[in-house]
Amino acid sequence: MTRQNVSIVLIVVLGALLLAVPALAAALGNPALVGLATRVLIYAIAAASLNLVLGYGGMVSFGHAAFLGVGGYVVGILFHHFRFSEPLFGVIAGSDQLLVVLPAAVLITGILAAGIGALALRTSGVQFIMITLAFAQMLYFFFIALKTYGGDDGLVIRRRSALFDLDMRDDRTFFYVVLGFAVTFFAIYATVIRSRFGLLLGAIRQNESRVAAVGIAPYRYKLAAFVISGMGAGLAGALLANYQRFVSPDMLHWTKSGELMMMVILGGAGTLFGPLFGAAALISLETYLTQWTERWMLILGPVLILIVLFMRGGIAGLIDQLLRRLK
Amino acid sequence: MSTLLEVRGLVKRFGGLVATDHLNLDVRSGEIHALIGPNGAGKTTVINQLFGDFAPDEGDITFDGASLLGLPTPARVQRGLGRTFQITRLLPDFTALEHLLLAVQAHQGHCFRFFRPARSDPRLLSPAREALARVDLADRADIKVSALSHGERKELELAIALALHPKLLLLDEPMAGLGASETEGMVRLLESLRGEVTMLLVEHDMDAVFALADRITVLVYGKAIASGTSDEIQANPEVKIAYLGEGDA
Ligand SMILES: Nc1ncnc2c1ncn2[C@@H]1O[C@H](COP(=O)(O)OP(=O)(O)OP(=O)(O)O)[C@@H](O)[C@H]1O
Ligand SMILES: [Mg+2]
Repeated sequence: MTRQNVSIVLIVVLGALLLAVPALAAALGNPALVGLATRVLIYAIAAASLNLVLGYGGMVSFGHAAFLGVGGYVVGILFHHFRFSEPLFGVIAGSDQLLVVLPAAVLITGILAAGIGALALRTSGVQFIMITLAFAQMLYFFFIALKTYGGDDGLVIRRRSALFDLDMRDDRTFFYVVLGFAVTFFAIYATVIRSRFGLLLGAIRQNESRVAAVGIAPYRYKLAAFVISGMGAGLAGALLANYQRFVSPDMLHWTKSGELMMMVILGGAGTLFGPLFGAAALISLETYLTQWTERWMLILGPVLILIVLFMRGGIAGLIDQLLRRLK
Repeated sequence: MSTLLEVRGLVKRFGGLVATDHLNLDVRSGEIHALIGPNGAGKTTVINQLFGDFAPDEGDITFDGASLLGLPTPARVQRGLGRTFQITRLLPDFTALEHLLLAVQAHQGHCFRFFRPARSDPRLLSPAREALARVDLADRADIKVSALSHGERKELELAIALALHPKLLLLDEPMAGLGASETEGMVRLLESLRGEVTMLLVEHDMDAVFALADRITVLVYGKAIASGTSDEIQANPEVKIAYLGEGDA
């Protein structure tokens, strides 16, 4: 199969499979599958966002949980102010509307990413990893200290955000809402990767001095990618907060950043659907391995090492190879 | 002819080593100016300072009427400097064509475009294919760099530089490592660019240098010991002793 056919087959199969999730869950008598699939989609958005900088741009951000968490807190905090009808800082009214809180989360995480990126991108390599990690940890401790919003106990969101007249409490409805956002997100993400900006980003990953030699200073473009990436992770965080109706500093913890990185690498860094596969694999493994051992990381760790060592391109690379062998 | 590049009193020290030693150099508009010298004479070091890889310790570089000092590499490229590298700097995951798409979009100055697909955009593709054809790589467009031969990589570097339409092309040993016929092809290619683009050519292949250069500057231990036409340089006794005598014998 040609590359293009592989993509088409993947899109069709994935699309059909995802649309059928609630029906499959019912048929299998396993309603928890819907929630699992919802989490997979949400984490796929976050991992794909990270993939834009990590896989395509070569910027190893170890602090992306910060954007996930802040996106979640925007939803939590706005709901909190809505519920007690006291405006934030006395001026900003709270909200429980999905079409308000989601854009707000994306906007705030975009601004945050611009700030963190502007500083962190002055460095590279190990320094960049450490600085992104440091910023995320700072925010983690900031939310722990923020007693108004629950401190380390977190903040309960009594109801999911409202969207039109949909019954968002119904997990199947919520799944389709998330699916809608995920499809839109992936369409934009695929377009950006194929654009001039995406081409340049790939060049920056490979050799910045080559990029400079054609007359382009990489910094602005790396920053733009970092901001887009932060916004995507913020969107995921806002959806996640809605899904679990709860936010806490754990969403910003460095292990969460590590999980996002694992999803990207496991799924296939620098591939379109890799983050989705990575999210699906990691979340399913986590869900099922935790059922028989607390120390699921002990099993997953070696699996991950094997994949990194022997499977270049991760799961996406493997699927790509298999499909290409088919007639 | 006007002077396009003017280097005055350029000094670069690496610790105790004076890699560029009060160098003066003039490259006139339209000429092919060769910079020759034995290994370690400091030729690449000069190119690096012209291109903005590192700053000189002393001296000035004037290009097209303005000083280049303090400008980063991308700004110098935008002012009309182009370069090929002694050790090729290419992108291992990219095909030959993708390199040219990148160069063309850089030249057009539109990199903040997020929606139209780059690889099928005719405004990028046709100049990109043209540049590849210019160096005879048209049929290698979709080959990844890792599968290109050494000679093809050198040609690709040249095509990338040409796609930027530079006023001055800095060529750091474009023939190094090429076979006889490839060298011939490269000489012909550079000859075909004469008048279209000014060149500062660093090269060890003396036949190529004498065939191409309008003027030659000889560098030894970072110092320019002679500058003149091919005939003048070949007749210069100092050059014979310092360089041609030992290097090319
Ligand atoms: N970044 C650097 N740090 C320290 N010394 C350097 C550096 N770059 C070059 N040198 C030294 O400066 C001198 C000139 O090196 P350069 O590479 O400019 O020579 P060259 O004329 O280009 O030689 P070749 O013909 O072998 O390419 C050499 O002695 C080299 O070891
Ligand atoms: Mg050299």
